[in-house]
Amino acid sequence: MGAWTLDYNLRVVLMGTFFLGAACGMIGVFLLLRKRALIGDAISHATLPGVCIAYLLFNAWGWQEKSLLGLLLGAALSGVIGAICIVLLRQWTRLKEDAALGIVLSVFFGIGTALLRIIQSLPSGKAAGLEGFIFGKTALMVSEDAMLIGIFAVATCAVVVLLQKEFRLLCFDTVYAGSQGWPTTFLDLVLMACVVSVVIVGLQAVGMILVIALLIIPAAAARLWTFHLSRMIWLSGGLGAVSGIVGAAASTWIHPLPSGAAIVLTALTIFLFSLIWGSAGGIWWRVRWAFVERKATDVEHVLRGLYELLEAGNADPAAMGTTRSLDVDPLALVQMRHWSHRRISRAVRLLRTEGSLVGDTKDRIALTAKGIRLAKESVRRHRLLELYFQKQSELTGEAIDRGADLIEHDVDDQVMALLEQEFGSIVGIPESVHPLPSDGIKPDTHRGATL
Amino acid sequence: MSSPNATIPIRIRDLTVAYQRKPVLWEVNLDLPAASLVGLVGPNGAGKSTLLKAILGMIPPLAGTIQVFGEPYPMQRQRVAYVPQRESVDWDFPATVLDVVLMGTYGRLGWFRPVGKKERELAQGALRQVGIDSLMDRQISQLSGGQQQRTFLARALVQDADLYLMDEPFAAVDASTERAIVEVLRSLKAKGKTAVVVHHDLHTVPEYFDHLVLLNVLAVASGPIETTFTQENLQRTYGGRLTVLDEATEAMRRRGARG
Repeated sequence: MGAWTLDYNLRVVLMGTFFLGAACGMIGVFLLLRKRALIGDAISHATLPGVCIAYLLFNAWGWQEKSLLGLLLGAALSGVIGAICIVLLRQWTRLKEDAALGIVLSVFFGIGTALLRIIQSLPSGKAAGLEGFIFGKTALMVSEDAMLIGIFAVATCAVVVLLQKEFRLLCFDTVYAGSQGWPTTFLDLVLMACVVSVVIVGLQAVGMILVIALLIIPAAAARLWTFHLSRMIWLSGGLGAVSGIVGAAASTWIHPLPSGAAIVLTALTIFLFSLIWGSAGGIWWRVRWAFVERKATDVEHVLRGLYELLEAGNADPAAMGTTRSLDVDPLALVQMRHWSHRRISRAVRLLRTEGSLVGDTKDRIALTAKGIRLAKESVRRHRLLELYFQKQSELTGEAIDRGADLIEHDVDDQVMALLEQEFGSIVGIPESVHPLPSDGIKPDTHRGATL
Repeated sequence: MSSPNATIPIRIRDLTVAYQRKPVLWEVNLDLPAASLVGLVGPNGAGKSTLLKAILGMIPPLAGTIQVFGEPYPMQRQRVAYVPQRESVDWDFPATVLDVVLMGTYGRLGWFRPVGKKERELAQGALRQVGIDSLMDRQISQLSGGQQQRTFLARALVQDADLYLMDEPFAAVDASTERAIVEVLRSLKAKGKTAVVVHHDLHTVPEYFDHLVLLNVLAVASGPIETTFTQENLQRTYGGRLTVLDEATEAMRRRGARG
């Protein structure tokens, strides 16, 4: 029987945090896109005096002090007053938004803490459990509370679904929305009303300090997986719901862990995972892409370097026929590009694998027929760019070379077509506009034997 | 259309607009002809963007009246499309090019109704018109400046308005985008529509527009290009003759800040 009751309580808590997480996640997307995250935080902190004053009033009137609905009503009122203060401070003083937020957040929370002290000194105050509103205490949640959260969650969800198009426009381009006749101030109010209501019903579960995390973190994590707003909304709701139940369950099993902290830590874990692996901007993919890009760049530079070393030795690879070029001393390549041996070796290995090159960096390397063809393309592109720089700028020599180096890897077909249009009369490979390094052809004693 | 001015796209009488007591537009009177391409030209801070926003009812004027097709703007909203400066939004927003262009259909759709097949087709048509239909599914964060501008233009075109208000569509765009925009403007004119375009490049004014409004807080001149685009008018708009006005408004602003 005891086990069943615990299970029932846990089920209530999980249900409540599930709905709360889902609602926060969904509306949080728009809070994030409207760049109002900190206003949400200030409002949630501003609820504390309202909770305390409501409790004191009920106490003075001798009512049932623990009427949750009454306390939440007080919270909502003082949250809204906090929001109004922010707007007034911004509009009527020289204060900017960040300062207004800082003032409202700290002053309201300060007043709330003072009132909380007074309540705790009252005979009945110790048992009131109001500090649960600060850090969250899901254990206090009863089925009516979960129901309340559920109702607000469904309502928020309905608003988000119905007004998705309107909120999207509001968040992307408010001025344009206004030009179409949308009441942007009213839409902003609806958005903030949704935020305030989920914050209020979430006070008990995650606490006023941490509820902002449930609004922002799932949305931020969802953004790392998709570029589509509607998918982002559902994903964020899902991630919020998962954070809610996993966190609440964890705080039940790991005893001293406050539920608010547990939920935030769960959300954080999801966020960190998304930050690294997220398919729409995760760090892993960006680093990987940069790595792939750098490898491709290196390979091209080595190809061109080899060609130019051969060219400087008057061993025009173009005249080499289709078999292979003369051997080149890898050291000359190292001197030419000022790279580490490792970096050159890696590029050489890659080129060898794709069949553009034979030999190895310890001894000698030579271009194959395929390598010669690729190198010619690369050199021609580089030199056409150099010619373009020479024609269009005051740059000379090395500077031109560096400029061409910088952009040649991003030259696509369209740019190449423009270059061909400009310098199409030049057939084959143009002369270099700057002096080439000395030749790097390896005196080859075995050549007679190999050819 | 009961109003006697129903054929005049924009009629402005004695318009004065101020930001925190500093007048940005003073006593502006304008009548813009239908089926014309109107260049709105003037130095920085001349109130060009402000004039557009005032027409759109987004900045309440201190004094004066603005009529759009003979009526106040809210009555004729469906016939007006606005192209804001492209720097005015955050292009990191999670949306595709098509998503942004579809926003042009929201006004006609009204509350709660989601976009459907018909809206998508309209949006694709608008994208074709500005020559970026191949970028339909591209993330807007990946667009170049010119592509961003074309996206905004397509969003306005999808509204199928009679009056287009464009805030610096030619600012920092590539040559091919500039040509595409000019082509769109000409096709609008051919369909009897009017476009008011904030413009900065004086060299191209006579080529692109057939009506010119020179603005420098005061409406310095307004009329057909041939008679308005004159050395004397430009001198009056850009030359330093407004220093007296500047000093006066500056003093006014200081007094306002103190009081």
